[in-house]
Amino acid sequence: MDLAAIVKALNLKVSCGGSALNREVKGGYVGDLLSDVIANSQEGHVWITRQIHQNIVAVASLKDLAAIILVQGSEPAPDTLEKATREGIPILITADPGFEVAGKIYRMISP
Amino acid sequence: MHCDKSFSVEGGNFQAAGNVSSEIKGLLKKIGLPKDTVRRAAIVCYESEINIVSYAKKGQIIVHADDRSVQIEATDEGSGIPDIEQAMKEGYSTATAQVREMGFGAGMGLSNMKRYSDDFFISSEVGVGTYVKMVVFNLDLKLMPDHPQWVDTYT
Repeated sequence: MDLAAIVKALNLKVSCGGSALNREVKGGYVGDLLSDVIANSQEGHVWITRQIHQNIVAVASLKDLAAIILVQGSEPAPDTLEKATREGIPILITADPGFEVAGKIYRMISP
Repeated sequence: MHCDKSFSVEGGNFQAAGNVSSEIKGLLKKIGLPKDTVRRAAIVCYESEINIVSYAKKGQIIVHADDRSVQIEATDEGSGIPDIEQAMKEGYSTATAQVREMGFGAGMGLSNMKRYSDDFFISSEVGVGTYVKMVVFNLDLKLMPDHPQWVDTYT
């Protein structure tokens, strides 16, 4: 399942990183604690969070995550957007709550 | 092929937190270490950097890398750790509310440093600071472009 299909199905707003939507999504992780995400997310995962400051880009980049999905209508901070754009990491936005987003994506990518 | 470099980290500056590890990641990639080695080294650098920013006045991260391993030393002038065994436990944190609000202070920094390194050493003195040394081995020596001899010895 590529990222673009998830963006389309969940009607996510692509805040930046639009050129990296062809990436395959292998799974996902939900969390707002950065070190927890570092410990437990895996390469190619989408990360569902409410954190909006620029360190989320560092974490996504360190773990080679496919995208960051901000839920409940959170918007990335300006320096977050700038950094994610520079590093080519997609930030996707939805007004939906994390539980629903995780559920929908799980259903899409699980065999 | 090697690299030796030292970086200063400013305590309390969460805007710049992560910049040093990004730079180190770039350096390690440039010298041709495999992806997994670079990623693990970058993660332990990042956690070290965040710890210095969160708990120290200032600190230093020294990286020494060659084709076999990456060695990372993080030294800070900070509050120090009274009980290292307790601090190493996942979930234990002394982070302030302000630090936690940003998503740091999960109590997993030190355990991640240990988890992602192959060798981990820590020593600390309360009121003076903390020293952490980590080694990340290149577990895929055969992938090194400059060292075809490793292909023969790696079985």
